Amino acid sequence: MIEIMKLRIALAQINPHLGDVPRNLQKHLSLIETAKSQGADLVVFPELSLTGYVLQDLVSTVALAPQKEDAIFGQLLEASQSIDLAVGFVEEDSRHRFFIAAAYLSGGEVVHIHHKLYLPTYGLFDEGRFFAWGDSISAFDTRFGRVGMLICEDFWHASPPYLLWLDGADLFLFMSASPGRGLSAALKLESARWVEQLVQAYANLFTAFVVHANRVGYEDGLHFWGGSAAFDPDGVLLAQAPYFDEGVTVAELDLHQLHRTRARLPLLRDERTALVQRELDRILKRASQANR
Amino acid sequence: MAKIDLSINTELARTILSGFIRSEIQRVGYHHAVIGLSGGLDSALSCFLAAEALGPENVLAVCMPYRSSSPESLAHAQLVIEALGVQSVTIPITEMVDPLIGRDPQMSAVRRGNIMARARMIVLYDQSEVFKGLVVGTGNKTEILLGYTTLYGDSACALNPIGDLYKTQVRQLARAMGVPQPILTKAPTADLWQGQTDEGELGFTYAEVDQLLYLLVDQRYSPQDCVEAGFAADFVQKVVERVRRNHFKRVLPPIAKLTNRTVGYDFLYLRDWGT
Repeated sequence: MIEIMKLRIALAQINPHLGDVPRNLQKHLSLIETAKSQGADLVVFPELSLTGYVLQDLVSTVALAPQKEDAIFGQLLEASQSIDLAVGFVEEDSRHRFFIAAAYLSGGEVVHIHHKLYLPTYGLFDEGRFFAWGDSISAFDTRFGRVGMLICEDFWHASPPYLLWLDGADLFLFMSASPGRGLSAALKLESARWVEQLVQAYANLFTAFVVHANRVGYEDGLHFWGGSAAFDPDGVLLAQAPYFDEGVTVAELDLHQLHRTRARLPLLRDERTALVQRELDRILKRASQANR
Repeated sequence: MAKIDLSINTELARTILSGFIRSEIQRVGYHHAVIGLSGGLDSALSCFLAAEALGPENVLAVCMPYRSSSPESLAHAQLVIEALGVQSVTIPITEMVDPLIGRDPQMSAVRRGNIMARARMIVLYDQSEVFKGLVVGTGNKTEILLGYTTLYGDSACALNPIGDLYKTQVRQLARAMGVPQPILTKAPTADLWQGQTDEGELGFTYAEVDQLLYLLVDQRYSPQDCVEAGFAADFVQKVVERVRRNHFKRVLPPIAKLTNRTVGYDFLYLRDWGT
């Protein structure tokens, strides 16, 4: 049983400079200070918050190694002595593969690194051309309980949140750089409506806290819509940042809500994982035979 | 024919597009915009958006009449200037273009129109240096797709806020932003000769072609799907061919690849690189 029952999460809706990591570090440190002044325990930044999104040939020049010796991460790890951080960056691994990555930092340590699993390479997206695909997923323990981190397209697929749920995540941190698109007469852009519905649906489906940090700003003709949000295990919106504006929005999570919701609605208790595995095995076996 | 609704949330468009102008001008160290104001709908909307983005005092509207231009066009441009309080200058192009046009008494209207459009581009880019501002484009999605534009003429700009809005959507947003009524209701024209109208020259109306382009481009309908949706087969064929034939106006000139790293192929950066 975890001790902290109220968790104040700051959604840091940043507008990064494209490819300028030192300037973006300064923005991070400044938003972290703002979050601290508002009593936050954890700051969540969006996807690629340290680098900007449409990096193309900048990828290899902005890549970092998330360790104390790194000039950028050294300062973030220092900042994590007083407040937990989730940041987005490009990771270059020891064999020089480049990943879209998210790091969870706490108490001066790197607690967890997630590599983006699904790289959209269609329409306006071209991530698969520039990045390596992440190939593993796990939840991790924090002082607020067990957490799962995903990056943008990861949660457009149902399986990564589901796996994190089974791996014990009660708090999901979703980090996006979601370009606005699909203007019609409707109140919201199609991309905003789509993502907001997804994020809220996971809170409902998994009776868990789901937090979404999305960036703002422009890169050439693309704009990013912001609207970062936090939902509780009943799927109730706890806080939402404005659309399009940079800034920090704090959501207070009452972690007791997990107890109350799951006492009423035992979806996790009733989840039939053995059935899922058995049927998935059968389905994949049949698919592989059909492909022969 | 099924009803195709091209209407947009104008508040959302206004926020995104004025933010775009502000971001893309200020991030490269500028604070001013320069816009060629024709008296027509597209440039009026771009001017309204730029004034909202940067403040009217930071926008320079440039009127560039030719001697055959309709006086009404200049009057309508003046309506925009007064409605917004933007800065303005009038630089007639007659003395620039007449010597070149005069060299060939047989010169076609298309050639004369292209020369005028390119002369205006020269004036705008010169004023861009004087006013220390970036040239804001005025081309809409319909004309970009149809190629109804002069390459290196009216299509030349540093950024284009309205290029993803069809003409009918430009009109909707312009109305919502308060563009003066006479500009909203008059027939669109390049005003290169008397009585010219876009729809007369193109051979179809914006209302028709915007709906067709929406299906072809936004909804990824095949030409056959569009015919089945109720559009005349020859109209569909004409538009499809026009979009294809004019693609050269929408891309940078291809560079012949020789080395391992070539601009346009594998030297890939956004313009906003580093900002």
